[in-house]
Amino acid sequence: MNQTVDDMPREVHVIEPSRGWMHVHWREVWQYRELFGFLVWRDVKIKYKQTLLGAAWAVLVPLCQMLVFTILFQRVADFSSDGLPGPLFYIAGLLPWNYFASSITQASNSMVQNAPMLTKIYFPRLMVPATPCAAALVDFAIAFVMLLALGFFYGIVPGASWLLLPVFMVLACGAAFGAGSFLAALNVKYRDVRHIVPFLVQLWMFLTVITPYSAVKDALGAWRYVYALNPMAAVVEGTRWALFRHLNGVELLPGQPVTVAPAPPWDLFVLGTAVTVVMLAAGIYYFKRMERTFADIV
Amino acid sequence: MSTDKIAIQVRGLGKRYRLGETHEVYRTFRDTLATLPAWLRNTSRQRRAAKSGGHDPETPPGTFWALRDIDLDVHEGDVLGIVGRNGAGKSTLLKILARITEPTRGRAEIHGRIGSLLEVGTGFHLELSGRENIFLSGAILGMRKDEIRRKFEAIVEFAGVDDFLDTPVKRYSNGMRVRLAFAVAAHLEPEILIVDEVLSVGDAEFQKKCVGKMKDVAGGGRTVLFVSHNMQAVKALCDSGILLERGRIVRRGPIADVVETYLARATAVLPGTLIPPEFHRRYPCDLEVFRVDVLNRHGEPAGFVLMEEPFGLCLICRARRSRPDYTVTVQFRRDDGLVLGTIGTSYVLDRLEMRGGGVYALTARLKNVFSPGQYRMDVRVAAGPEEVDFVEGIPLTVAPVTAGDELPQREGVVQLRSEWSLEEADADGAPQGVP
Repeated sequence: MNQTVDDMPREVHVIEPSRGWMHVHWREVWQYRELFGFLVWRDVKIKYKQTLLGAAWAVLVPLCQMLVFTILFQRVADFSSDGLPGPLFYIAGLLPWNYFASSITQASNSMVQNAPMLTKIYFPRLMVPATPCAAALVDFAIAFVMLLALGFFYGIVPGASWLLLPVFMVLACGAAFGAGSFLAALNVKYRDVRHIVPFLVQLWMFLTVITPYSAVKDALGAWRYVYALNPMAAVVEGTRWALFRHLNGVELLPGQPVTVAPAPPWDLFVLGTAVTVVMLAAGIYYFKRMERTFADIV
Repeated sequence: MSTDKIAIQVRGLGKRYRLGETHEVYRTFRDTLATLPAWLRNTSRQRRAAKSGGHDPETPPGTFWALRDIDLDVHEGDVLGIVGRNGAGKSTLLKILARITEPTRGRAEIHGRIGSLLEVGTGFHLELSGRENIFLSGAILGMRKDEIRRKFEAIVEFAGVDDFLDTPVKRYSNGMRVRLAFAVAAHLEPEILIVDEVLSVGDAEFQKKCVGKMKDVAGGGRTVLFVSHNMQAVKALCDSGILLERGRIVRRGPIADVVETYLARATAVLPGTLIPPEFHRRYPCDLEVFRVDVLNRHGEPAGFVLMEEPFGLCLICRARRSRPDYTVTVQFRRDDGLVLGTIGTSYVLDRLEMRGGGVYALTARLKNVFSPGQYRMDVRVAAGPEEVDFVEGIPLTVAPVTAGDELPQREGVVQLRSEWSLEEADADGAPQGVP
């Protein structure tokens, strides 16, 4: 059964103390892609095991958030929604946001949760925080179907800019993985992280999902560049822009034309992308730096 | 089976840990802030100490070498046993070779696909079914999907769980879980296999099956590194071995010699004598047990205890640091690793408060249920959650009661006392006279 063993060229691993900047072994990550697939599959599978409603949760949660936001921010407080019906406006922001929130929450706990595995077996460690970021995409996909149904309900026709939606999801993945790997590594050393993250996520959501960028611009003036440092603002605004830009001027609600500008908010996109790249690099760098001691202190 | 091709080459390998690092559960920002003043004081003291030349510059205060200056060549097809006391560095060596933790210095070269088995059931998830876990655990151990598919039948058969494949593993009995986990692991076919102590699980029959499977693996031309406290298994599986003591290789050669040396050295701690530093896992430690006396039923130090006679242990210890939360545990085991029982202060007393610099005698009295024979005691000392000392392998001799006694020796590891009564019962089994 192992007649081939002697003829095959042997792979050679060199084990040495690592020094300085450590690069990610992308080839090795590629070799372990099957395991990554299994880990993601496990996360998805376990999430809804022994739940009554199963994957319906992926739809129920944003649906409830949407209802509350619409009642509270549109009916009671009369916030701007760029002329869009509240449900559409909020759900379009909530889906990418919820993806991000659940990714970083799960990712920040991932190293500690998988401690038994980390101390017993070798595989590229970066896969651990990456797993929840990939698994949360499944929830996003399920919830996205609901968004389509809602759009259908309001009689929206798809636009060409919908093809740009994946670009904003890639941005969301980058931001989630960058922040997630940083928090995961930090949580190994300081368990404060698990108290901070839910709180952080909540504040961050209010900064991101509630108002359209047009309202922020009006209110903040030049300070909006500080606001634009939030990469999720670019993702949320970008998703809404890609979904609804072709509806500009259409009256989805009687007497209220949609005011989503057809031109993209470049300042927001450029800053958001730049910050995402920095977050990604910093997150991976910090993670790799902490990596050598994970097994010893986790 | 050994060839002249090198499978593993290790040169000058070492691993330094910070004291407490291995056992510290976790920190919070507040802890870090709270230790800041102490840290500042320490570093200035360390600087002064370093200036006066009081310390080995390689080993700053508060650190120790779990592994040091390891040179090792393992050829293809070698089956190498690694033996040594707890804390001698065996697991650290395996973890470095399995790339789980990094060495502090030195270098190792590994030629071939490596698979490590440091625990049975790594990556098992209780919510998933047996079938799903076979795939998951297989992938985690490094098997490809098609490889698992190919071996699926064999794995299921080896584990004997065919009827429960689609049941969540959390509903399995403990034994079934272990069998399934081992079955997956046993079908791993790396060129180099690293195994730590996995045979210490499961019932005797399953252990036999595992040793058999391991022999197949070893006989198949694979390179195997094997760590176990079970000397019979080590002797049965390995052809050569190394003995680690306090992080260094102190003996290497044919496995029989290495095991013999290990056993000879392990008996060097005797009751009633001072325990030399090398028998402590950490030295110096916060609370050092430096002598253990075995007491007979009258409370006098004795060389052995009699079967079924109550006896005592007196642990003489020196506290180096004042702490209110010391605990001491003694575990009794047979030579082959089977744990017979555990006694500990935490079961009966509150935590022990001891003053730095004080010497204390801690006495335990217990019923003797052991059958005659040679046993070993492992003494574990903890301060809070952190293990501070560990002395392994203090022998305890239980002598049979001889000459005209009324307590014949019964078969088994422990002597069970029982009372019996005999009554007449009716056909249903109910005792007669009860309505």
